[in-house]
Amino acid sequence: MSKDRPALVELRFELNGKDVAVECEPQQTLSEVLRGRLNLTGAKISCEVQVCGACTVLVDALPVSSCTYLAYEAQGRSVTTIEGLEGRDRTLHPIQQCFIDEFAFQCGFCTPGMILSAKALLDDNPDPTDDEIIHHMDGNLCRCTGYVPILKAIRKAAAVMKEARG
Amino acid sequence: MMPLRRFAIHRPADLGEAAEMLDHYGDTGTLYAGGTELLLAMRHDLLRYEHLIDIKAVAGLDRVERRDGHLYIGAGATHRTIERSAVCRELLPVMSEMEANVANVRVRATGTLGGNLCFAEPHSDPATLLLALDGTARAQGKSGERMLSMDELLAGAYENSLAQDEVLTGVDVPLPGPSQRNAYLKFQVHERPLLGLALSLELDDGGDIREARCAIGCVSPTPCRSEAAESLLAGPADSVEQRLQEAAAALADEAALTDDREGSAEYKRHLIGVLLHRAARKCLNRDG
Repeated sequence: MSKDRPALVELRFELNGKDVAVECEPQQTLSEVLRGRLNLTGAKISCEVQVCGACTVLVDALPVSSCTYLAYEAQGRSVTTIEGLEGRDRTLHPIQQCFIDEFAFQCGFCTPGMILSAKALLDDNPDPTDDEIIHHMDGNLCRCTGYVPILKAIRKAAAVMKEARG
Repeated sequence: MMPLRRFAIHRPADLGEAAEMLDHYGDTGTLYAGGTELLLAMRHDLLRYEHLIDIKAVAGLDRVERRDGHLYIGAGATHRTIERSAVCRELLPVMSEMEANVANVRVRATGTLGGNLCFAEPHSDPATLLLALDGTARAQGKSGERMLSMDELLAGAYENSLAQDEVLTGVDVPLPGPSQRNAYLKFQVHERPLLGLALSLELDDGGDIREARCAIGCVSPTPCRSEAAESLLAGPADSVEQRLQEAAAALADEAALTDDREGSAEYKRHLIGVLLHRAARKCLNRDG
């Protein structure tokens, strides 16, 4: 077995709208770099088999499981975490606000992943049907709320975002 | 959980270099695409590699396009790319529909068709459908290209038949004519399907079935067809409908069902009957 340390990756990417540069090893996951190196702990680690969605972040607007997505893949791309959602004036993103308004979380562990997954949906399909929301959110698991408030929150966020666009 | 063991990532410039790398690293290296299965297995220390060869570095492997009488789907195309491909939706809608329901939205965004087929997970949706649609895999090695049927490519559970230096580059799927009806259905409670069933019927002018291909997945090491079932599924539509249960039994026999944590053999046998009835109704437009 080779004892050589694999070359470090000089990783540069856009993180929540700002350019970042960080060194990582090829086998490091995006969640390890986000949580361990960049102190962004919003992405939660749970199942580690791409089933639960707690670690969801957006890479070039698409949701990925950051727990098993190599940080190396983020090179030159745009990464959005829950920490990057609030507006410049520190107001919450409409999806965040609607999750609060509709009581769409209890313990909150799945919430960052839920909200980012919902954001990916609404940015791509601003006016989804309930079936489309359910289909899209199928891979994000919540053990507390029973999902109905989450569905309501996303439905409401779609309406709020539509109104804001005018 | 433990972090991933150390490995190096290599970016081949073209297929030739990828084949050289595969040959050079032997058992210590493997191709890496979306990582949605490979990295999970590595994370659980079920697989160990010191070298991952990132096949996404080779440009052009993610194309989905019409070529002669086929739809060509590049091995590097993600499930999402295939789901959303206009040409796939138009020419082979059953493939787009199947892809729209693979795993979850995150897996679809990164996982590739090629990775899915090469990993040969017995619960693969694409493998079952492509077996029924008579898809042909294209493999490129140091000495050239060869074509493999799905049966030939899928050697066993988690096992493909590619040579050490071969790269799966894409799949050719024959374009369905106007008389072909296709359906893919699955039943799923947990994160992976318990049963996938693909049915492809060639109808004649009177609406009777000239030829049938049917594949089931998830319940055997690789997806399987049954000659006996397919001959029962051909003939006048009304009499085929009478024989669906018999055909389902033939499929179940072929799969050599076993009791496991996903369900008993008896339960799986029942599900094959349910999905075959539904697929036949869908293909024959009997759902009103």
